[in-house]
Amino acid sequence: MIDKLDQVFVLLTHWVVGFLPAFLQPVAIVVIAVAAILVTFPGLFAICVLLERKGLGRMQNRLGPNRVGPFGLLQPVADGLKSLTKEDLVPLSADAAVHFLAPVFLVVVVFMGYAVLPVGRHMTLVNMDAGLLFYFAMGASTELSVFMAGWSSRNKYSLLGAMRAVAQMISYEVPLLMSSVAVVMITGSLSLNRIVEAQNQYTWGLPHWYIFTPWGFAGFVMFATAATAETNRSPFDLPEGESELVAGYFTEYSGFKFAEFFLGEYVGMLSISGLGATLFLGGWSAPLAVLGWVPSWIWFFGKVMLSMCVFIWLRGTLPRLRQDQLMNFAWKFVLPFTMLNLFVAAAWRFMGDGWERWVVCSVVLVIAYVVMARVGMRRKHFGPRSYRYAE
Amino acid sequence: MNFAFYLISGLAVAGALAAVLLKNTVHCALALTVAFAGIALLFLKLGAQFAGFAQILVYIGAVAILVVFAILLTRGSETPKDGVYSKFPLTGLAIAAAVFAVLGWAVLNSASALPGAANPSAAAPTVTVMDIGNALMSRYVLPLEIVALLLTAALIGAVIVAMHEKEEAK
Amino acid sequence: MSPLAGYLLVAALLFAIGLAGALTRRNAILVLIGIELMLNAANLNLIAFWRYGPHPEALTGMMFAIFSIAVAAAEAAVGLGLVISIHRHAHTTDLDAMNRMKG
Repeated sequence: MIDKLDQVFVLLTHWVVGFLPAFLQPVAIVVIAVAAILVTFPGLFAICVLLERKGLGRMQNRLGPNRVGPFGLLQPVADGLKSLTKEDLVPLSADAAVHFLAPVFLVVVVFMGYAVLPVGRHMTLVNMDAGLLFYFAMGASTELSVFMAGWSSRNKYSLLGAMRAVAQMISYEVPLLMSSVAVVMITGSLSLNRIVEAQNQYTWGLPHWYIFTPWGFAGFVMFATAATAETNRSPFDLPEGESELVAGYFTEYSGFKFAEFFLGEYVGMLSISGLGATLFLGGWSAPLAVLGWVPSWIWFFGKVMLSMCVFIWLRGTLPRLRQDQLMNFAWKFVLPFTMLNLFVAAAWRFMGDGWERWVVCSVVLVIAYVVMARVGMRRKHFGPRSYRYAE
Repeated sequence: MNFAFYLISGLAVAGALAAVLLKNTVHCALALTVAFAGIALLFLKLGAQFAGFAQILVYIGAVAILVVFAILLTRGSETPKDGVYSKFPLTGLAIAAAVFAVLGWAVLNSASALPGAANPSAAAPTVTVMDIGNALMSRYVLPLEIVALLLTAALIGAVIVAMHEKEEAK
Repeated sequence: MSPLAGYLLVAALLFAIGLAGALTRRNAILVLIGIELMLNAANLNLIAFWRYGPHPEALTGMMFAIFSIAVAAAEAAVGLGLVISIHRHAHTTDLDAMNRMKG
């Protein structure tokens, strides 16, 4: 019974597909799985939008939206209707083709990332051998759509916002990859299914999640930082900061295209939360061995929503980083720390089981963090102000 | 030669043609991205998963953005007054056509001697990433280290070449 | 026509298009775009021969293509840096205007 509940979606798919002729069945399975992704994650997007507005409101000592429906629960419906019916303005001098294609490209590429996420036991759309590489390839393509949006608007603010956003995304792409490489190194495979299965073991009732190891914890913190910067969320949201750049690279977008960007951003956040959950938090595995009877997909979505709540919490709490502070942080702290994390993960692997490896790895990481944070991030001395004009 | 191959190669060739024919430089760069994507899909069709994803990650995720940044930093989005083609475009076209003719003749005339002619429907080799990793660390470790040095040199070189020179007089 | 011949012809066509672009356009960046297309065509050739060749388990073609991708990325970076530097000096990227050795 418990197994049936765990695999309920897979069994449902096979039952529905059983009615079709044999030559259509493989196609039908894929179509149903894709339709499920296209329904679930935008549904989660609607929940996240509401959660964000109510959550931010509460953190800022005010109620969020509470007029549409009981406790504002129908607010996403109102937002959707609004964005569908707003007038679609395209500036006269804008490059119409690129202006149209940019949000479409973003949404397509962001949804492709879901193909390799293991949502539950045996519930991955495509079980690729190089799944993690595919995910990062799709993530790298989102930067191009940001640039397309900013450039095609023929607007100085959009272009500046797009340049900043692309520079930020490229800078934080490398720490994102490096912190995942530590996980790949220990697991021995790029396949996300293998990574989750490697974490699905229990010692004394506690799971082998990578976040509970020293290098895994450091890696998770770096991954979360880089993920926040990749999705342009506060405190790294200078490219779309309302007080600096109007709306950054989507200044000239209105109506449904803006909704597409919004959808793309939140679906990207859900996607990267899913990846973080898969790599470090054990994916669909339960936190305690005794809780193994709860269906695997509930754990996955629970971890994803927990990560979203942390994203919202960060947005409501931390002030925004300036562009040069952001880039400084990326290249001078996060990147060297993730490289050190690789060495520590390698040392962890080769020291073999025992308490020594815990002590050595933790000590090395703590000392490195203190040294790099104190020495590397020291503020420059203030001298006479120098001006540099644009050429 | 099935439909998917024709579709994907059509996409790649159309992207390449657009990349060299369009007037607006940024449009050329975006068409180049389409060509890269088409080539990545061809790699995937040939069963080279790692090369295909590496192509998307490196070319679309990095080289295309580099090209676009360079276009913006050199004000390439303004169309030049004298047109976009050089003084003697026909010579270039003739040379390119000649190269294609020679290559095409070579391919078509040696069709019987090509390795794939014997068994065109042989199954694609199953290559896992672990095989690639083992190969990189055992047989190809020297090229790997040299490419690492090369990339470091290129990184430092590109930064130095493109850096603003410090102004001496204020 | 075997599948391998099909892939080789597509690669030859892409190479010719890249060469035409590199030879006929004025803007230096478009020459670099043509060069990238040529490198991609060569990579396609390598992977096609790897797939249909006698020993695909030796991974030679795939390795060659991966290293070629890395080297091409490095060359694009340096080349574009050079173009930016030239633009800063001559205030143009028009190759027909840079026809004198005097700086």
